Amino acid sequence: MVKNIAVIGDSESIKGFGAVGIDMFICDEPLESGNLFKRIAETEDYAIIYMTEELFELCSRERAKFAEKIIPAVIPIPSAQGSSGAGRKRLSKFVEQAVGSDILFGN
Amino acid sequence: MAIMNVNPTRMQMTKLKKQLQIARRGHKMLKDKRDELMRQFIELVRETKKLREKVEAQLENCNNHFINASAVMNKKALESSLMSSKHQTGVEVDGKNIMSVDVPLFSQVHGSDDGGEIFPYGFAFTSFELDDAVTELNKVLPDLIKLAEIEKSCELMAAEIERTRRRVNSLEHVMIPRYEETIKYIAMKLEENDRSSRTRLMKVKDMLLEKAHGYSEKYK
Repeated sequence: MVKNIAVIGDSESIKGFGAVGIDMFICDEPLESGNLFKRIAETEDYAIIYMTEELFELCSRERAKFAEKIIPAVIPIPSAQGSSGAGRKRLSKFVEQAVGSDILFGN
Repeated sequence: MAIMNVNPTRMQMTKLKKQLQIARRGHKMLKDKRDELMRQFIELVRETKKLREKVEAQLENCNNHFINASAVMNKKALESSLMSSKHQTGVEVDGKNIMSVDVPLFSQVHGSDDGGEIFPYGFAFTSFELDDAVTELNKVLPDLIKLAEIEKSCELMAAEIERTRRRVNSLEHVMIPRYEETIKYIAMKLEENDRSSRTRLMKVKDMLLEKAHGYSEKYK
């Protein structure tokens, strides 16, 4: 089963991804990101959806539905402004959920 | 701990004992599952963290290249050079089962490792910084896909561990004590019934003997 990869973000952050064969969805209006994400995720054409950290946090409600599914994998990436630490925070949240307290990252 | 609302009969007790045994066995098995899942999860999370830091650093590096490129080229030309792509990068989706959790396996397809092939634009009107940027980004791609795979696995495993932990706790702290107490209650109730019927019989026997022989009259 071959699926594509998508990336959602502001044009500044994701402009390069088109050149390496990833489908770009430019979203310069943060409030639109939820709908855009939902539309992309529901097509089921994409195995991986990368999102800039800012939009990733805005779409938490829309993402919840896909958390238990194997695909798509929704992964935050740092935007052009640099990493906000949201990706790492997400990991420590997983540890917290599984273990009960964050034992790995110590914050 | 509240006991269950059951009739204190021998049959009920046998049934509960059987259920307790099953609950104990289930508890042991779930505990083993939780421990093994946890071990694998911690390993995976460590790996994910390392990879994420690496990928984030690489992406930042790419970004710097793009900034350089946009410094020497005008914005429109830059964006139009990047608009189209020579190939579509896809991933082959496969599945793996870790302790009953289905996790995805992604392997990249169609991507070209051939340095000359990846550029979707002609070299004549673009700067070499842009070439650098695209080459770098192409290099990050395998790691980026790997990151997606293991981060998704972490997410799925964390959810499963949470569920398993809840089950283990509910068995350990609610179900099993409740069974134990109910069984104890029934056992005590049965013993009590036994004693009361025995004393009743003794009393009845006394009364019958009294009636037949009239001991109390004789030995006054």
